[in-house]
Amino acid sequence: MKRETRKATRHVNQNEGLIFEKSSPGKAAWKLPPLDVPEVDTAKLLGSCERKDLGNMPEVSEIEIIRHFTRMSTWNYAIDLGMYPLGSCTMKYNPRVNEAVARVEGIANGHPYQPEKISQGALHIIKTLSECLIEITGLDAITLQPAAGAHGEMTGLLMVRAYHQARGNARKKILIPDSAHGTNPATAAMVNYAVENLKSDSRGMVDIAALEAQTSEDVAALMLTNPNTLGVFEQEIHKIADILHAKGGLLYMDGANMNALVGKVRPGDFGVDLMHLNLHKTFSTPHGGGGPGSGPVAIRKTLEPFLPSPVVITKPDGTLSFDYNRPQSVGRVRAFYGNFGMFVRALAFIQANGPDGLRQTTEDAVLNANYVRKGLEGAYDLPYSTPTMHEVVFSDKLQAKLGVRTMDLAKRLIDYGFHPYTTAFPLIVPGALMIEPTESESKEEMDLFIEAMKSIAEEVEEDPQIVLDAPHSTRVSRLDETAAARKPVLRWKPTA
Amino acid sequence: MRYLPKSPADREAMLKAIGVRSVDDLFAPIPAEYRLSRDLKIPRQMAESEIVDYFRQRSRENGDGYVAFLGAGAYAHYRPVIIDSLISRGEFLTAYTPYQAEISQGTLQSIFEFQTMICELTGMEVANASMYDGSTAAAEAVMMAVRLTGRRSVVVARSLHPEYREVLATYATHQGMPLSIAGFGDDGRINLTELESRITPETACVLVQSPNFFGTIEEVSAVADIAHKHGAMLVVSIAEAVSLGIVEPPRQADVIALEAQSFGVPLGFGGPYCGVIATREKYVRQMPGRLVGQTVDRQGRRGFVLTLATREQHIRREKATSNICTNQALVALMVNIFMTVYGKAGLKELAKQNLAKTAYAAAEFSKHGEVLFASSPRFNEFVVRSSEEPRAINGRLLGHKIVGGLPLKKFYPELGNAALWCCTELTTRSAIDTAVGLVAESERSVRSAKEEVEEVTR
Repeated sequence: MKRETRKATRHVNQNEGLIFEKSSPGKAAWKLPPLDVPEVDTAKLLGSCERKDLGNMPEVSEIEIIRHFTRMSTWNYAIDLGMYPLGSCTMKYNPRVNEAVARVEGIANGHPYQPEKISQGALHIIKTLSECLIEITGLDAITLQPAAGAHGEMTGLLMVRAYHQARGNARKKILIPDSAHGTNPATAAMVNYAVENLKSDSRGMVDIAALEAQTSEDVAALMLTNPNTLGVFEQEIHKIADILHAKGGLLYMDGANMNALVGKVRPGDFGVDLMHLNLHKTFSTPHGGGGPGSGPVAIRKTLEPFLPSPVVITKPDGTLSFDYNRPQSVGRVRAFYGNFGMFVRALAFIQANGPDGLRQTTEDAVLNANYVRKGLEGAYDLPYSTPTMHEVVFSDKLQAKLGVRTMDLAKRLIDYGFHPYTTAFPLIVPGALMIEPTESESKEEMDLFIEAMKSIAEEVEEDPQIVLDAPHSTRVSRLDETAAARKPVLRWKPTA
Repeated sequence: MRYLPKSPADREAMLKAIGVRSVDDLFAPIPAEYRLSRDLKIPRQMAESEIVDYFRQRSRENGDGYVAFLGAGAYAHYRPVIIDSLISRGEFLTAYTPYQAEISQGTLQSIFEFQTMICELTGMEVANASMYDGSTAAAEAVMMAVRLTGRRSVVVARSLHPEYREVLATYATHQGMPLSIAGFGDDGRINLTELESRITPETACVLVQSPNFFGTIEEVSAVADIAHKHGAMLVVSIAEAVSLGIVEPPRQADVIALEAQSFGVPLGFGGPYCGVIATREKYVRQMPGRLVGQTVDRQGRRGFVLTLATREQHIRREKATSNICTNQALVALMVNIFMTVYGKAGLKELAKQNLAKTAYAAAEFSKHGEVLFASSPRFNEFVVRSSEEPRAINGRLLGHKIVGGLPLKKFYPELGNAALWCCTELTTRSAIDTAVGLVAESERSVRSAKEEVEEVTR
């Protein structure tokens, strides 16, 4: 590596094969207590259903397992190591008290079917979190059942459909801006709605004239991300809501970018009828390498009859209970009640912040994004000059002239000790660099990031090859994704 | 606020650099009439110690200290300590989806190992990186069969977890997928004659669970023969993964939808859990969810990447195989570590202990009450029918800090006063004996009450 970077230096990490390559018969990491009931004859009990062989399952000792996973863990980048500016993913700090309270005995080990009488603690957590999220969104009711954001979208659109159906016409289409996440159209298709694309205007916002022209009584809802994926707040949001409402349509908000709004503005106050939240983004539950998420859906009163079943209610004696008698419900979207462990973590985050902390969190998130924007203006092309909220989108236009694309720049950022930003999204910006610092970054870390990005821009001018060949400091270089897809190897097999 | 790494001076300096006077200027794009001018009405900021106290209090109100005989899709198995030691490492806990492969090899290799072990255990050729849970995995597996066969209807076993059936119904409603239900016989297994009568040329697949909701192991090969004879696929749901240690996997299935919660995932009042779809190689391009594949880097070194993304929503948008955008990576990691700890020999011994405890409990219960479906092999659950309402018996058991079997009236009114009991390796003989004792007492008192009535009427 030619350039000095203040953030990172190389360090040794251990090689580690696949666990199967360490396996040897007779090694074990387990020990069961002696049976306190008679042994059984499995052949007699199971007959032809008895399994004789577990194939190539590994046999290893405990220390080997600890080293195996610890070594592998050191090959990952993580928020705990540094800035993770993935736009639209909201990679904020994951507080450790959340993890501690999720592991308290009665919370970690409660069975979903234990009697309500001894489930009041869990029900209380569900109710309290629900109330907080209702207040934060400015809506009237909520379901916590969906397991992730996309699952929340599906649940929301099921309610949209049920709402229209109850009025005699389920309608045909969902309007989706061209800047939207891919999950939006995929979800609409799952709920059997046709997708109609909505153009953005020159400011990166919904084109009001186009919306007016496309909104008809066939439109069930508009799925709007606000702030949108450019980090731009839809300033004419109320006009948008009015246009839809005038034709009986609903305004669905994708809450992926709620980190720009919490405590400062409430979607329910600007005309949103329903929205999902991502507890793993805005409310600090860990991403865990890609899940588990949680995607509650908050709604207006008019949609309440259609909530997934069951719903938590308070009984006349003050105890909490699940209500399954919901004749107009869209049904269940998941077994049991949702990703409860994530509710616990999100509530702990809300409690640690309080109203003042949540507001400051949002302000810092927006401050950080604008600080990055200011710092990188000039070095990178800014396709939309509209003010940005919690994230900023640049393009690789200046660098592409020299043959360097957003993915190359992203890979080079790894050498400087940062996780890349989101590349090539949103689709309306060719060669996008989508940067979301979140509130969790200090001024020092942001300055290092800005310095790194500027340095890379200079490298593109001076020695583009170093960027094209990046990353240079990782244990593997760029991987051949084409080969992986052409001839998929999706599991290990013993060599004969 | 303790999570925010900025001093007032930092904020001032940053505002100055940006060229605005106050942070409110940054919110100017939001029309003033929508800006919130008051505090949110939520609990005040709490100290860490207060948060811990709050949740300890909730824990005490949540079954802490009870022994439960509950299964029904959520199983209490021992979780080796190293699961939490390892998943608590920030490099796993606080990483994102491994899109940037060069700095995500830890997550990617561990998922590759997970996929391999799921294949070994289910007898399938490919497995995905995980799904939300067993119920949504079953629904997604059915939709996969619909895409593969070009047919639309589905025959579902009534012995499938009732909440899985509800989820499938929700998913199916707007896909124009008619569902028909095939009942179960006196042996607690799907009624094969009824099954065959419900299959039509439009049937995309048959969906059964094995071990089924009653803990009974289905005759999967017979079900497969019937489905395949009519050109339909067989989707098998497995909710109790530990059964795979001793029960032959449904190798005749075309798709398996597994709930892997039993493998080291806390009960957690119902989630997060870990669904997985496994299938044959030839169907992989219609499989939903993330997949990790092996490849090489520019120097030819082995490495792993997310692959076959052209099935997914961020590429295909409304033409994707599913809208799913995540897996349950951290939960899948728990499952992975659990499978690695027990491995080839341990999983078998663990499953055998479950079998032994359950055989003992069922034998004890059958001395006093009626154990249904006794002619069929079962894994770690069984149905007990009592003379008295199970809720009444359970009320008395609660006094002994025992949660009795799940009353089935809500799901299966036709079974009368039935409850679904579950034993795992954690269930002690003394808890079984106490529970059986109270059920026996209930039977005796009902019998003597009945005899008194007969005495009087005679």
